[in-house]
Amino acid sequence: MSPIFYLLAAITLAGGLAAVLLKHLVHCALAVTVAFAGLALLFLELDAQFAGFAQILVYIGAVAILIVFAILLTRGADLPKAGVFSKTWFLGLLIAAAVFAVLGWAVLASVSAIPQQTAIPSVTVHDIGVALVGRYVLPLEIVALLLTAATIGAVIVAMHEKARPRG
Amino acid sequence: MSANSFFVNLDQIFVLLRNWLVGFLPSALRPAAGVLLGVIAIVCVFPGLFALTTVFERKGLGRMQNRLGPNRVGPYGLFQPVADGIKSLTKEDIVPLSANAAVHFLAPLALVVTVFMGFAVLPMGRNMVLVDMDAGLLFFFAMGAATELSVFMAGWSSRNKYSLLGAMRAVAQMISYEVVLLLSSVAVVMITGSLSLPKIVAAQDQYSGIFPHWYIFTPWGLAGFVMYAIAATAETNRSPFDLPEGESELVAGYHTEYSGFKFALFFLGEYLAMFSISGLGTTLFLGGWSAPLSFLQFIPSWIWFFGKVMTSIFVFIWVRGTLPRLRQDQLMNFAWKFVLPYTLLNLMVTALWRFMGEGWQRWVVCTIILAGAYIVMGRLGMRGEHFGRRSYRHAE
Repeated sequence: MSPIFYLLAAITLAGGLAAVLLKHLVHCALAVTVAFAGLALLFLELDAQFAGFAQILVYIGAVAILIVFAILLTRGADLPKAGVFSKTWFLGLLIAAAVFAVLGWAVLASVSAIPQQTAIPSVTVHDIGVALVGRYVLPLEIVALLLTAATIGAVIVAMHEKARPRG
Repeated sequence: MSANSFFVNLDQIFVLLRNWLVGFLPSALRPAAGVLLGVIAIVCVFPGLFALTTVFERKGLGRMQNRLGPNRVGPYGLFQPVADGIKSLTKEDIVPLSANAAVHFLAPLALVVTVFMGFAVLPMGRNMVLVDMDAGLLFFFAMGAATELSVFMAGWSSRNKYSLLGAMRAVAQMISYEVVLLLSSVAVVMITGSLSLPKIVAAQDQYSGIFPHWYIFTPWGLAGFVMYAIAATAETNRSPFDLPEGESELVAGYHTEYSGFKFALFFLGEYLAMFSISGLGTTLFLGGWSAPLSFLQFIPSWIWFFGKVMTSIFVFIWVRGTLPRLRQDQLMNFAWKFVLPYTLLNLMVTALWRFMGEGWQRWVVCTIILAGAYIVMGRLGMRGEHFGRRSYRHAE
């Protein structure tokens, strides 16, 4: 583990913690962006260029923007009087711990299940493309279908108000 | 020294200069020093071009509007950018009382830094690219996507309704047109088979007779380039897509509450984005640093690159002086109902072009499909619109 890894891990964790602990919703969204950027840099540190850039493009360019838009269009940026922390934080902590335990278990189990590679695999964008339309073409198409369905659903939800006959 | 090797050396002069400077250092430091020199060159050259472009734009717009433009500072007003720079450095930096100080401070920095990052993968001449990445195009778009958030940060943190409205408009517009920008570039990637920008240029740096193999000279390339240019104009918030800072309705949009050097940074970021997006368009469709005719190859490659970029900038200025601003609904309808479907069709045509193989048939088929779709979609889109005769009024 290099010092760069620890630095990036610290940035990512700090971003994630700030997203949970800050009081202002827009600040939380920006802190999440920092965590996303940290994750992207971790991918780059592992020589996974495509994954890293895709992370920036999708998460910072789209997801973060979507989050701030949702915040501004729904509740406004004002602070609620009752405080922003949920009463049931203990339950949330329990669920988060359970998810973390499952993920940790899966990662640790995969170490013994898959033989350790000594050589660093070099995966180019070309290889990813070939794999996507070759071996993984069915999952890719299913995801595409799902996204199309979601888009059509979103359009129908947005159209509903207009289509209702005026009484 | 023969004439030939003189031109080869002139072509590679910046590379040779860098190698010569780096040669003074111990060999362990050389790669890092080479990169550092490249970064310094980018950080110096493009703001310098920015200063030149501001005076060029004001003079050019003045010419188009029958007036003189800046003419007080230096000969023909050429030192105007120096005066502007000193002015913005010495002005008071005002932060509104209710603004969100930290975000307000970070927004211009985030914008300029992410815009500068885009230049890292642009090949500005033969062997003149800072980082030759396998996924260079993806890197460029990832950095472009990151600028949207800084625009939002600026608009939101100012606590001003005009700023917020401007930022929301800017982000909505950038998201809509970014899709087009990406998809029109995908056509180039499909033909080249690589996301690496130097490889895309190398694929276009070939000649049939004296004519180059630039992608703009193919039906799909021309359609892709036009869509790219529209999306690039919208992405950089230039007129006629300058609603986010429409001064007649929103004061100045998302940078209303910025003064002094922070405002100058926004201005710089906007122009740098223009340079980088023109540079990418040049690389993707106009052959990058390759010469337009085969017997002109002796002229250094970097002259061609910067010449093409500055020509694109001139077209930006020309369009700004010509077209009126769109309305918000026109902007969105144009993006989602015309530009995006046409770009998707262009992707199909590109695939057809790829699989029809060499020969004249693919030229005919692809041209007919693209031109036919253009006419049909244009007619359908304009149905129900009524235009009167144009009336012109000239200045006396």
